[in-house]
Amino acid sequence: MSEYFLLFMGAAIVNNFVLTRYLGLCIFFGVSKNFHASSSMGLAIISIMTMSSMLTWTIEHFILLPLGLYFLKTIVFVVVIAVFVQILEMVIKKFMPTLYNVWGIYLLLVATNCVILGVPLINAEANYNFLKSTVNALGSGTGFAIALILFASLREKLQFSDVPKSIEGLGIAFILAGMLALAFQGFSGMIPL
Amino acid sequence: MNLWKEFTKGLIDENPIFRLALSLCPALAVTSNVYNALGMGLTVMFVITCNNMIVSTFRNVIHPKVRVPVYIISIATIVTVAMLTLEAFFPILFKELGIYLALVVVFAIILARAEVFAAKNKVIPSMIDGLGMGAGFTLGMLVIGTIREMIGNGSFMGYQILGSWYQPPLIVILAPGGFIVIGFIIGFMNLSEERKKQKKEKSEIAAGGTI
Repeated sequence: MSEYFLLFMGAAIVNNFVLTRYLGLCIFFGVSKNFHASSSMGLAIISIMTMSSMLTWTIEHFILLPLGLYFLKTIVFVVVIAVFVQILEMVIKKFMPTLYNVWGIYLLLVATNCVILGVPLINAEANYNFLKSTVNALGSGTGFAIALILFASLREKLQFSDVPKSIEGLGIAFILAGMLALAFQGFSGMIPL
Repeated sequence: MNLWKEFTKGLIDENPIFRLALSLCPALAVTSNVYNALGMGLTVMFVITCNNMIVSTFRNVIHPKVRVPVYIISIATIVTVAMLTLEAFFPILFKELGIYLALVVVFAIILARAEVFAAKNKVIPSMIDGLGMGAGFTLGMLVIGTIREMIGNGSFMGYQILGSWYQPPLIVILAPGGFIVIGFIIGFMNLSEERKKQKKEKSEIAAGGTI
């Protein structure tokens, strides 16, 4: 049990997806302009990441490895995830229209993104079993959501501050992300992996 | 002349990293030293050029409704080829780049060039566009890699340049340094552009004054 807890905490905080592994920066800088959007994005990422990781694990171990097609994993993962997200979007649109109004656009934004593709690749590299890879995906998603929401709250404060004109916008956002990463650096080495 | 323009626009004016702010993940992840940055840059250049050529060759055949999946499959195939080649000939680089190499598949810049340029233009201009954008990307990676390796380790391409008196701040090579360095580079680029604009305005006013 403690093994899984450590894996979760390690993926969520110590090896944070954005701030330590630099994945999903497009979303991180694109969506973090307001708090509300970033929290829905965070939820969308957690759920899609977990589901797509389960799906790709199954495909990897029951189709790719027995047939000796392991070298095709990148192509297969990308296509499977894109199709899966597309189907999920249709289902949500049909059966849960209120949820679709809040989430719809985020689902499609996520479809081909390095955060979502990153988790299955990390799982495949570390050779995790089914439960472990699911926990890893859940932890990574949670970590991404935490970082996104923290950063969005910081950026909202930034709107009222007097920033030098040349680093206004993207420049100061990067420096701010650096400071946030510095804070997360304090967690490194907490859990030996 | 026109082709030369297609090539040079990717270097500065539409630099993928600093201007368009696309594909930032690798720009931070593998730039802690120059060698990795160069390897990644050249790989992306290869992928973007090949993909642009394929997309523009088949631009009249691909149905617009399924174009994005077709582009993604084409990119994924080329990336797999690049990965297998690197694994065979540059195993150390392959190991250092790790999962970021596979993630070239989802770089926004490659899909963006296919969609914006290659789907509408002939093969040769698309190839030049891909080369230019790839060169711009490599240039950006090299700039960030040089700054980070120089400050954080006092070396260039693995050769020690600054002497033993130099105490490198390790943080520049670690995660936070990458963000801060890119923030400052964007700031400097904006500043220089502002200066240029001001100078131009001043000279125009001066020219107007003499007449």
